[in-house]
Amino acid sequence: MVQRLDYLKESPSQTAGPYVHIGTNPNWVEITGVWKDDLGLVLVGPETVGERILVEGRIIDGSGALVRDALVEIWQADAAGLHNSPTETRGTADPAFAGWARQPVSDADGLFRFETIRPGRVPFSGGGLQAPHVTVWIVARGINLGLHTRLYFGDEAEANSVDPLLNRIPDPVRRATLVAPRTERDGMPVFTFDIRLQGDGETVFLDM
Amino acid sequence: MSGAYFQRDRDWHPPALTPGYKTSVLRAPRQALLSMPTTPSEETGPVFGHDVLGPLDNDLIRNFAKDGGEAIGQRIVVYGRVLDENARPVAGALVEFWQANAGGRYRHKKESYLAAIDPNFGGCGRAITDAEGRYAFRTVKPGAYPWPNGVNDWRPAHIHFSVFGHAFAQRLITQMYFEGDPMIWQCPIVKTIPDPAAIERLVAALDRHETIPMDSLAYKFDIVLRGRRSTLFENRMEGN
Repeated sequence: MVQRLDYLKESPSQTAGPYVHIGTNPNWVEITGVWKDDLGLVLVGPETVGERILVEGRIIDGSGALVRDALVEIWQADAAGLHNSPTETRGTADPAFAGWARQPVSDADGLFRFETIRPGRVPFSGGGLQAPHVTVWIVARGINLGLHTRLYFGDEAEANSVDPLLNRIPDPVRRATLVAPRTERDGMPVFTFDIRLQGDGETVFLDM
Repeated sequence: MSGAYFQRDRDWHPPALTPGYKTSVLRAPRQALLSMPTTPSEETGPVFGHDVLGPLDNDLIRNFAKDGGEAIGQRIVVYGRVLDENARPVAGALVEFWQANAGGRYRHKKESYLAAIDPNFGGCGRAITDAEGRYAFRTVKPGAYPWPNGVNDWRPAHIHFSVFGHAFAQRLITQMYFEGDPMIWQCPIVKTIPDPAAIERLVAALDRHETIPMDSLAYKFDIVLRGRRSTLFENRMEGN
């Protein structure tokens, strides 16, 4: 017999189910008085450094229907490309920017919307810089293991063209699923990131 | 110095498409996932200080109860450790949990099961692991309940868990089941996990040593998050 590799196995995932918000956003589902504020509601304050932007989108299933019971979390670097995390080793991030937020999609129109800042560039493990991006994670009823994807910015064509992750996607149609087009609303840039779980235009999901 | 997170074993986790669990059919991506080593964007993650916790956050028997009341049901303590695949404790992990009441009913406006609402039970709680990765909470054992999948499918008693480790790559949601429950092996959601050995990792053990005499039973539930490579030797490209 060879020696044993004493690794543990990761706990297997199970779906978040239809009532994930009881655990993550109890106040949003009218379970009040347990704790005051649900976590992750606000990313940006008056002191936060960086360009204010809106990130919004919908989640669409394989029949074209809106997914209205999902939970979306985002995680991103600050304006200088640093993460507000104890495991950040490259410097100290903007203390006025949490970098993490989460939100139930709206029951009414299936929309998620985050007011955040444009992140700076983060290095790639193999050297060089990644294009600015937001890490996105989705759970819902019917999703057995949380889906990781990334939002890239439609007005960052030059950085996107040399991004190591985007350049691993040979099909330009699939690649475009990660690039959120820019519009403006009340003078604020809006990046629309619709996530298609299945079928035509299926979003690229990540095994990272 | 640490390296990339271990790749997820996708034969161990449930696949996306599991027709026995019908809701997965239209929500399962069909294209191959894009695989890449983790970068600093996945190797970092938010941190939650103990200051976010209130004194009753990990006491579901009392954290929603009115006027000194308590939730109805079999009183249990659930405790365990959050570890990584290297068997190291994950300190400071935020663990969130939610569940149905003792009759199997969730407090949610979309819930339509006829079991009674318990006015003293909200069904949510949270804890942060200590330096050894330990967490604990007190609750009532949730009831089993029927759900619309097949005409007569029932969920075994379970508690949902959401866990934040040190990195966004470790983000995990799962469910805890109870030792000895025959319904575990009949559940279409449990059966999305292909390997029975993996399912057993989600079954909490009854621990008579940690029961509180004349008060609560105790169940031990350890959670394992992805581990991270040590960078023993690393190829570095020129200039890095």
